[in-house]
Amino acid sequence: MLAEVQTPETTKENAIIKASDVSVFYNDKQALNGVSLDIIENQITSLIGPSGCGKSTFLRCLNRMNDTVPGGRVEGKITLDGHDIYASSVDEVLLRARVGMVFQKPNPFPKSIYDNVAYGPRIHGLAKNKDDLDDIVLTSLEKAGLLKEVRDRLNATGTGLSGGQQQRLCIARALAVQPDIILMDEPCSALDPIATAKVEELIEELRENYTIIIVTHSMQQAARISQKTAFFHLGEIVEVGDTEQLFTSPSDERTQGYITGRFG
Amino acid sequence: MTDTTETKHKAGWGSKETMSKLAKRHRSEKAFRMIGLGAILIALCMLATLLVSIASKGFTAFVQTRFDIEITFSQDVIDPNNTRDLEVLRSASYGSLVRDALRKEFPEVKSRRDLRSLFGIVSKGSVKQLRQLVMEDPGLIGQTKVISLIASDDMDMFNKGYIDRNVVEADRRVKDKEVAWFDQLDNKGAVELVFNTGFFTSGDSGEPEIAGIWGAVVGSFYTLLITFVIAFPIGVMTAIYLEEFAPQNKFTDIIEVNINNLAAVPSIVFGLLGLALFLNVAHLPRSAPLVGGLTLALMTLPTIIIAARAAIRAIPDSIRQAALGLGASPQQTAFHHVLPLSMPGILTGTIIGLSQALGETAPLLMIGMVAFIVDIPGGVTDPATVLPVQVFLWADSPERAFVEKTSGAILVLLGFLVFMNALAVMLRKKFERRW
Repeated sequence: MLAEVQTPETTKENAIIKASDVSVFYNDKQALNGVSLDIIENQITSLIGPSGCGKSTFLRCLNRMNDTVPGGRVEGKITLDGHDIYASSVDEVLLRARVGMVFQKPNPFPKSIYDNVAYGPRIHGLAKNKDDLDDIVLTSLEKAGLLKEVRDRLNATGTGLSGGQQQRLCIARALAVQPDIILMDEPCSALDPIATAKVEELIEELRENYTIIIVTHSMQQAARISQKTAFFHLGEIVEVGDTEQLFTSPSDERTQGYITGRFG
Repeated sequence: MTDTTETKHKAGWGSKETMSKLAKRHRSEKAFRMIGLGAILIALCMLATLLVSIASKGFTAFVQTRFDIEITFSQDVIDPNNTRDLEVLRSASYGSLVRDALRKEFPEVKSRRDLRSLFGIVSKGSVKQLRQLVMEDPGLIGQTKVISLIASDDMDMFNKGYIDRNVVEADRRVKDKEVAWFDQLDNKGAVELVFNTGFFTSGDSGEPEIAGIWGAVVGSFYTLLITFVIAFPIGVMTAIYLEEFAPQNKFTDIIEVNINNLAAVPSIVFGLLGLALFLNVAHLPRSAPLVGGLTLALMTLPTIIIAARAAIRAIPDSIRQAALGLGASPQQTAFHHVLPLSMPGILTGTIIGLSQALGETAPLLMIGMVAFIVDIPGGVTDPATVLPVQVFLWADSPERAFVEKTSGAILVLLGFLVFMNALAVMLRKKFERRW
């Protein structure tokens, strides 16, 4: 009965990514076991769960970053706008331009703030000339809420910024490539509460134009910012649903146990 | 549970047991500091001894004894037909000018044998000296001018105090008559000690007083240039490929083991390889910096590859992930980010490899770079020798005057090395990025 109710809803909300029965192996070790999940366009989806449950692994399947891990192997099917992203005709480099990623630890390039943001547009040839590039850089920094703080020192090195600023610089860098989807792998875990609040605010603003999938260890964060939440445990999805519902009346007792802090 | 076991072993602050342990720890830390300091001091002492001994011996190679002698540039001897033809000027008998001048200077010397030793107090290089003067300014012909002629090596040694006049004549290379001539010139104020520019501008020679290091410096430069041009790109590309692109399997493991083994192969073996490959198979010119450089490149490659791999491995993975996550291809990631960031480390390794190559003698002996070469090489295919081989050649020569030349050449070699390292530090500073 529940399924009947959900089906029309998902189609109405337009799933941009559909993952069905995805399994990931690192050499002989299975990290993910038959995970199926639909990601709705212009929503924030949180992936929560205890350490080692496979949520980051799943995230990294969505832009094929697992391809870069030696011995990594992905089974199952993931479609983006109906196209199988693991099809042999798909170039993973182009895919990553559409599906941006922000990492756990802020990792700006040891270059100037300007060059950090301009790198993506440069390699993808998004700017026709210098003015175009300036425009992209400034817009991206503006969207990431960093422009005010760095406007007068765009040529200072990106690694000289504070942790929170660095993370927002990484978000600006991802935005500059003009992706449709942004994957965030625990973007706030290395930040203090004030910087975290700023980044969260930013993520909520970005929802209007981007689809965001965020892995987080903080259940409060998931509850605060996301519309959908998926709970991972031991390489499987235990429960997925609207955030409010999942946190207030989880249907699985493992979810219940995790969100009330009994394990994890 | 852990708490109870801890309390059992925990001794109170200031208890006798704690204090004795503390004293013991402090003693051992102090001892370790002293040992470390001692090791550094010993190393410094040895280095200082080496430098002082070489510098004190080699210093005199940079100055040269000259005799001021009045030379008559006689028209009859140089250019009897007054043609001023360069060919005539070149082949004129400048030796007789020197001999005439010496005869005039010491009119009392008459016997053939004495004259021969008299003519021997100036270097054979003085002929070249006079020729050069006349070729540069033919207006000298017909004039009489005081020219400062290079003294012979024995006179030079005598002037510098390496030959003791108090030794019995039979045991002395400079005989009494020569000493008297020297004193006579000295009393006139005609003996001078000047900076030896020839040492830095000319090639090797059988006459120690006119032998120079420049040929070997240029040879070393060309050889290292070839080594760098060949070994650096190949080494860096190999390192990048192995670190960033190659799959981890048995085959790459074997390659890795082999590279490490190659780094430990004695250099003379590389010399034999160079001989077999570049001379016998490829028929490249013998004794040429081209072949020397190729051979040394073979020897330097493993060092560069190992250093470059270590430098590349030290780049945090987060940088690669950041680039890949933005849609950079693996190649763009490697060349836009990993390579520039690892450049300081790669350069350090390269300079270590090149410094090794600069000091290498054995492999070059195998490919004929040990030959006696007077001309300064004009390119990578000209016969040449290199600094360490020059040191070896001079150390092997019997003339007393070559002792100081050997030390002088070592000083030049060390100077070359210091210059290279300074260049490396500069380049590293330039490429270094603040994280």
